[in-house]
Amino acid sequence: MGVDFSLRDRFERGLAAPICLTWELTYACNLACTHCLSSSGRRDPNELTTSEAKALIDEIAAMQIFYINIGGGEPMMRRDFFELIEHAVDQHVGVKFSTNGTRIDEAAARRLASIDYLDIQVSIDGVDAQTSDRIRGVGSYDQARRAMDNLKAADFGQFKISVVMTRESIEQLDGFERLAAHYGAELRLTRLRPSGRGVDTWQELHPTLEQNRRLYKWLIERPNVLTGDSFFHLSALGEPLSGLNLCGAGRVVCLIDPVGEVYACPFVIHDEFRAGNVRATGFRDVWQNSELFRSLREPGNAGACTSCGSYDACRGGCMAAKFFTGLEMSDPDPECVFGHGESALAAKRVSLRPTPSPDHSRRIPVAISAR
Amino acid sequence: MTTSTVAVFDATAPWQLNEQVSLRDESFGALAYHHVTRRLVFLKSRELVDVVRRVGEFESAGDALDALVPSDQRGRYLVALTSLARSEIIRGR
Repeated sequence: MGVDFSLRDRFERGLAAPICLTWELTYACNLACTHCLSSSGRRDPNELTTSEAKALIDEIAAMQIFYINIGGGEPMMRRDFFELIEHAVDQHVGVKFSTNGTRIDEAAARRLASIDYLDIQVSIDGVDAQTSDRIRGVGSYDQARRAMDNLKAADFGQFKISVVMTRESIEQLDGFERLAAHYGAELRLTRLRPSGRGVDTWQELHPTLEQNRRLYKWLIERPNVLTGDSFFHLSALGEPLSGLNLCGAGRVVCLIDPVGEVYACPFVIHDEFRAGNVRATGFRDVWQNSELFRSLREPGNAGACTSCGSYDACRGGCMAAKFFTGLEMSDPDPECVFGHGESALAAKRVSLRPTPSPDHSRRIPVAISAR
Repeated sequence: MTTSTVAVFDATAPWQLNEQVSLRDESFGALAYHHVTRRLVFLKSRELVDVVRRVGEFESAGDALDALVPSDQRGRYLVALTSLARSEIIRGR
């Protein structure tokens, strides 16, 4: 889906309501992935109650937000998970939810298959247990595959297999494509961000320049592979990838965390990008009036990228990737395809990388029991 | 997924906004979301949004255009409606 530039300019000035609203239902998670964007693990005692969550869904419906992206943590760890997604779907708010699959047994798969307007993405980080479990923990790959088997057996229809592109998984692109074909699933690839626990692992896990170039070519040849507009920084390599090709933070995208905090996007769970709390004023007020979101909707400044002919294609890249690697907003993306980000990083004499504000990581490593 | 009968747009036929579609007004026009195909479509002018909302009130799409848009812009609207029929944002009735 291409978008003409005039429309993109309108999007950058913000919309009446987000197109892509991510809502992390809980910080509780039974895995401990090394790149977790939200540093999840332990449930926060202050998480929205069932009635607060339902009131938020009502407001989302009133704002005509067409669908919500539910994540976590592991959203199925919430005891009211089904109650909440059914409440959303009943009001015509579609649900796209992201899961590690550990809770999708045969019964859960059948219940999920019975719900209209529901999309599921099951996450893996490698095409085999060895590669995937290095990121997600021992046993996690087999459990994700069991979830996919159960969804298929329950006749769920087309689900998504979601993979974060790391230095290792990017070498398995064709394998992921075959796996998706095996299940009749869609493949969704997203960018590794240096956010959450990824702050500590990004340096060793993020793809090399050469790998990113290969990924771009691979994606251009496969417009049906979903990317959540994740790789717009690679569009500087030539024709734009499918998607809006812009940083949607606070403009078309935002995140609500489990305790009701609203952040500019799912990759910036940090005080600096916190716009407000739904408990205080409701979501609509935060979206429309927060100072942070208003400033993000001001015309951007190309900064160090002004003299680069590709700025129109990549828009300077991802705000979160810059922030958590210690770059300025006016710097190039750390993974700039022309290497300008690497030079900018090298030029920082002292690396001042911010740490993500809330950290719900468990203090002891988890072992996943096989079921 | 729907096994879509490929919609061929006939302006002399009656059309309406698909009931599976939600429209949300925006400053540039509207966003249209098809809940079954999960497709998001951008309607890039307020006038087009008006036509899409009201096309169901008329005997035919052509009648709707006669009533709602200047005659010299009819061609543009026919192109837009053809595309919206293809993505099932509007449907025959």
